[in-house]
Amino acid sequence: MAWEMVVGLEVHAQLRTRTKIFCGCPTAFGAEPNSQVCPVCMGLPGALPVLNRKVVDYALKVALATNCRVAPVSRFARKNYFYPDLPKGYQISQYELPILEHGWIEVADDAGSPKRIGITRIHLEEDAGKLLHPEVPGADYSLVDLNRACVPLVEIVSEPDIRSPGEASRYVKKLREILVYLGVCDGNMNEGSLRVDANISVRPAGTEAFGTRAEIKNLNSFKFLEQALRYEYERQVDLLETGGEVVQETRLFDSHRGVTVGMRSKEEAHDYRYFPDPDLLPVVIEPGWIDAVRDSLPELPDAKRARFREAYGLSAQDADLLCSSRDLADYFERVAERHGDPKAAANWVMGPVLRQLNRDEAPPLADAPVPPGRLADLLALVRDGTLSNNAAKEVFDEMWATGRPPADLVAEKGLEQITDTSALEAQVDAVLAASPDEVAAYRAGKKKLMGFFVGQVMRATRGKANPQAVNQLLRSKLEGG
Amino acid sequence: MAITPEEVRRVANLARIAFTDQELEPFAAQLSAILDYVRQLDDLDLGGVEPTAHVHDAVNAFREDEVRPSPGQDAMLANAPDREDGCFRVQKVIET
Repeated sequence: MAWEMVVGLEVHAQLRTRTKIFCGCPTAFGAEPNSQVCPVCMGLPGALPVLNRKVVDYALKVALATNCRVAPVSRFARKNYFYPDLPKGYQISQYELPILEHGWIEVADDAGSPKRIGITRIHLEEDAGKLLHPEVPGADYSLVDLNRACVPLVEIVSEPDIRSPGEASRYVKKLREILVYLGVCDGNMNEGSLRVDANISVRPAGTEAFGTRAEIKNLNSFKFLEQALRYEYERQVDLLETGGEVVQETRLFDSHRGVTVGMRSKEEAHDYRYFPDPDLLPVVIEPGWIDAVRDSLPELPDAKRARFREAYGLSAQDADLLCSSRDLADYFERVAERHGDPKAAANWVMGPVLRQLNRDEAPPLADAPVPPGRLADLLALVRDGTLSNNAAKEVFDEMWATGRPPADLVAEKGLEQITDTSALEAQVDAVLAASPDEVAAYRAGKKKLMGFFVGQVMRATRGKANPQAVNQLLRSKLEGG
Repeated sequence: MAITPEEVRRVANLARIAFTDQELEPFAAQLSAILDYVRQLDDLDLGGVEPTAHVHDAVNAFREDEVRPSPGQDAMLANAPDREDGCFRVQKVIET
């Protein structure tokens, strides 16, 4: 029988605010344990949470970028459970009235056609603390660091619209790209800024009813997400084909073995006893607030890619690469505008610039030693014939290493291209005089030898000869004479 | 509607409250009485009334995204029964 995979994803994204969602403690990553904690985020008696306005601004940005409806009234609720990383004994989240609902984003399906993945809801909540398990043999305790407790999160819950591991991965990539473009999340999966849980079930292809699903927790890379879904799909299909049953449960992905493992079910079934949090007031959003946020929205990745193809005549592939981050896209545009030839600008940004950026310890693009204006200056030297393309690449690496302007380096290194025919003529004559056999062979019809002569002249001039000028000279001497 | 001792046990467990078996019966009776009292509301027609989550009408209390210094590790750990390396030390949490 043919089976179909049915997947819905829950993506938790940490919001890039300076302070926590309900108190003024900082959110910086990597601080000393429990140094960014106060009575509010520790849930001490009498402490009262107050909502960070920026969190709502960010939620509205996300709403506009994911086609969600903003709830005119939303509310915070307490999700009650006990776990040592949760100091209050409940997590402040949203339940029956989430701030955003009914959205969608577009991703490519496996055939490459656009497909809408529905977003059921997006709600605001606080993160939990971090548990550390000392690796001391026989250690019978755990340690709790509450710095992360109360850091703002959005949880983005998709519809069960996803049908393959590739689609799942493209969906998360697209979401991540949108959140990073909006500036509301740093998208750093290593530091846990973006975490994915997957609900997966299988059903006979062509049927409607959903199978029993398993939830796989904490998939913190695209690779693990795809691997876990692939494994879990096979596992469920095997079970069903051999007369077994899928059990609704939470599973963990073991990345070392590439398998999912059922979590030994915690004592009681989860019973969170949600109720409205009496410490927090309802959030009412007037249309004016949404309009103000709309005015501040940056150009989103899909729109930017489309514009790059239209306005600059770039291929879909080039536009994709250049729009992979907002900084890179901005950098390219500034080079293209100043230089005037978008194709050349694109090639340089995708080639030498990216090569430098991909090196270890490369600075962020905003602090690049070669700002866009300098790169445009360099390209101008190529266009006016001062530099050959190869020499320009050498100059570029030197600019990156030293932060100096191109004109200085060109003068200092004597890299100006020789285009002056009289200066080249002596070199060309010398090469022809030194290779009488090749000259004879060429004249007898072996035209491919042109490459050989050009190479010899380039070598004699240490690459500084203008290839067009050399070609022209050689041709006139070999064929005219 | 009567709350059973078994339900009391379950709810107590969720709330991490330890009851002896002898306590279950009296709490079951008391909780049943409280629910019966509240159930008088069912006699009223409340079709057009929003559930009350807050006793007054205020909405939208915000703070700006500005850092307020935290009291610091020592102050926040002052009441901890046990600590190590700047962390709260708790019973081993088994990760499965």
